[in-house]
Amino acid sequence: MKLIILNDYDQASEWAAKYIRNKILQFSPGPNKYFTLGLPTGSTPLGCYKKLIEYYKNGDLSFQYVKTFNMDEYVGLPRDHPESYHSFMWNNFFKHIDIKAENTHILDGNTADLQAECESFEKKITAAGGIQLFVGGIGPDGHIAFNEPGSSLVSRTRVKTLAKDTIMANARFFDGDLSKVPTMALTVGVGTVMDAKEVMILITGAHKAFALYKAIEEGVNHMWTVSAFQQHPQTIFVCDEDATLELRVKTVKYFKGMMHVHNKLVESPPSEPKKN
Amino acid sequence: MPSNKSVSDAPITQFINCRILRDNELQREDLWVREGRILDPEKLFFDEQGYADKRVDCEGSIIAPGFIDVQINGGYGIDFSQASEDVSDGVSFVAKKILEHGVTSFCPTLVTSPPEVYHKVLPQVKVHDGGPHGAGVLGFHLEGPFISAEKKGAHPEKYLRTFKSGGLEHLMEVYGSLDDVAIVTLAPELPGSQSVVRELSQRGITVSLGHSAADLSQAEEAVQQGASFITHLFNAMLPFHHRDPGIVGLLTSDGIPAGRAVYYGMIADGIHTNPAALRIAHRAHPSGLVLVTDAITAMGLPPGRHTLGQQVIEIQGLHAYVAGTKTLSGSIATMDMCVRHFKQASGCSVQEALEAASLHPAQLLGISPKKGKLDYGSDAGQSRLHLYFCLPAVRAAVVPPLCPQRFLGCSFGLFSWWGEGAV
Repeated sequence: MKLIILNDYDQASEWAAKYIRNKILQFSPGPNKYFTLGLPTGSTPLGCYKKLIEYYKNGDLSFQYVKTFNMDEYVGLPRDHPESYHSFMWNNFFKHIDIKAENTHILDGNTADLQAECESFEKKITAAGGIQLFVGGIGPDGHIAFNEPGSSLVSRTRVKTLAKDTIMANARFFDGDLSKVPTMALTVGVGTVMDAKEVMILITGAHKAFALYKAIEEGVNHMWTVSAFQQHPQTIFVCDEDATLELRVKTVKYFKGMMHVHNKLVESPPSEPKKN
Repeated sequence: MPSNKSVSDAPITQFINCRILRDNELQREDLWVREGRILDPEKLFFDEQGYADKRVDCEGSIIAPGFIDVQINGGYGIDFSQASEDVSDGVSFVAKKILEHGVTSFCPTLVTSPPEVYHKVLPQVKVHDGGPHGAGVLGFHLEGPFISAEKKGAHPEKYLRTFKSGGLEHLMEVYGSLDDVAIVTLAPELPGSQSVVRELSQRGITVSLGHSAADLSQAEEAVQQGASFITHLFNAMLPFHHRDPGIVGLLTSDGIPAGRAVYYGMIADGIHTNPAALRIAHRAHPSGLVLVTDAITAMGLPPGRHTLGQQVIEIQGLHAYVAGTKTLSGSIATMDMCVRHFKQASGCSVQEALEAASLHPAQLLGISPKKGKLDYGSDAGQSRLHLYFCLPAVRAAVVPPLCPQRFLGCSFGLFSWWGEGAV
């Protein structure tokens, strides 16, 4: 894995956004060659989305030939509810960039047959040629997407009942009223994300520090599902100082020492931007 | 560009780099429009997989709903109270001109006149939507003749009337028809007014108190019977007195039935109301303030003598007097001037100033779901879209090249747009 440690949230967001930008530009997407991106929701990726929007507005990046697949969506929450992940993606990302609606894919938590919806989502990913880069976050309990502790590490897209911790963490988006928070969600599986060519996990804040420790310094364990990515050939963890608070000093020093190499990955592309 | 919208093929325009007056605040959002209706872009994206066919860069301007003027007696030489054969031409002419001030709907107002005038004028103009050709007509505002002689202001005394028995029937004799009438101003202290107020309200006509010497309890009684508006607050009524606030007291009265609101017209031209008085009213009851022009024939005309109803008026600068006196006969300020003056005098926000000329009159007339707001599904004007750009900063207006009406003068700009564009 690559562990990228930046000073603070803003720098971590910017590093991640630059990485995504460079990956897309290097891929040179076109009408017959779409770049497929897996995307998360929540407060962690907001800074990264803002930066990506900035790169689009500056003319450095286009999403015309990018296909996106979101990780999850609540079950039973109306699509236009301000807290649905559809609304989140629209307000924080899609409405500011040049992506076409038909190239975005978010699980539909309001269909009659949720199982069929999950299977269909997996098929769509396969039809798009698999995911080039899956961006995700980590919960305080070490979960990726809604793969709560105990989720199979080879799971696929399915319906999940949310853990109490997750419901409490989400209550702040529902006026602090626990009864208003959805109790089920559709989520990609750990296995689904593992199938991606590359995985980038964003982790910021001291409250995620313990989860990061469990994910990378302890063994692979289905109680901390992000740990599954120890067995993925191309994983990057992008974090801020606070998120490293529970790691061994040795780990942090080792990866900080590599930053001059890793920073090459986010250098600005050559002066002639590859636009489509 | 072929559109891939599943619901409709009509082109979609996206206004970018603008601030929209929505939900009582100025939001930095894009405005999406199709066929004169405002779209929810999120719904468009996910449901229809649609996108904009045309983008208009507003360069930071504000988009506000069109203004609604509920008291305007004429302008540009046209006097709505003149019984002529071509009243509707006159109304259309003024309707087109006031678009330049941002007014997209209005109530042509008739001052106290003899029955012949009402019988001739009223049938010639129907309620209709506006468009690029001119502001829409929401219905007449009949200011008089059932008003107080003591508080007639510029109205001709010989045509004043009182309610005879039979209330509404007598009204119908005088007016002829109430079909296209939106507002009636009357003095509630006239005997027999209660049943008239009640019956007019039940018919959906807004009853306004004005040109009256009523005390507060008479005014409250009228409100209980259905009255909901005060015609040009402070003018042509008893002044505020601390032991009997009169009609002005309605602003803070506890005698208003629950769930009802009283609105009040304010001529914010800097002449009809002292800024300090404007501020007192605004602070006492900000949500009820409705900006009106009470503009007369001479609005838009050069200084001199002109006719209003059955009388002659003289223009001196920004003042319009009954010829030979110092009685104000109406205002010649335009609505955009009023909005600006109101904002400056009251110190309110841009959003409040704009709402006083759009949302509040729409609420008064009970038409707010469709007009007066820029919510999804709204008309934002009428069946064709009229947007009003205003620039609170001093720089000159930015008028997109497709606007046929160039903006004039002050720091407000007007934008007209319609489907088969002039792009």
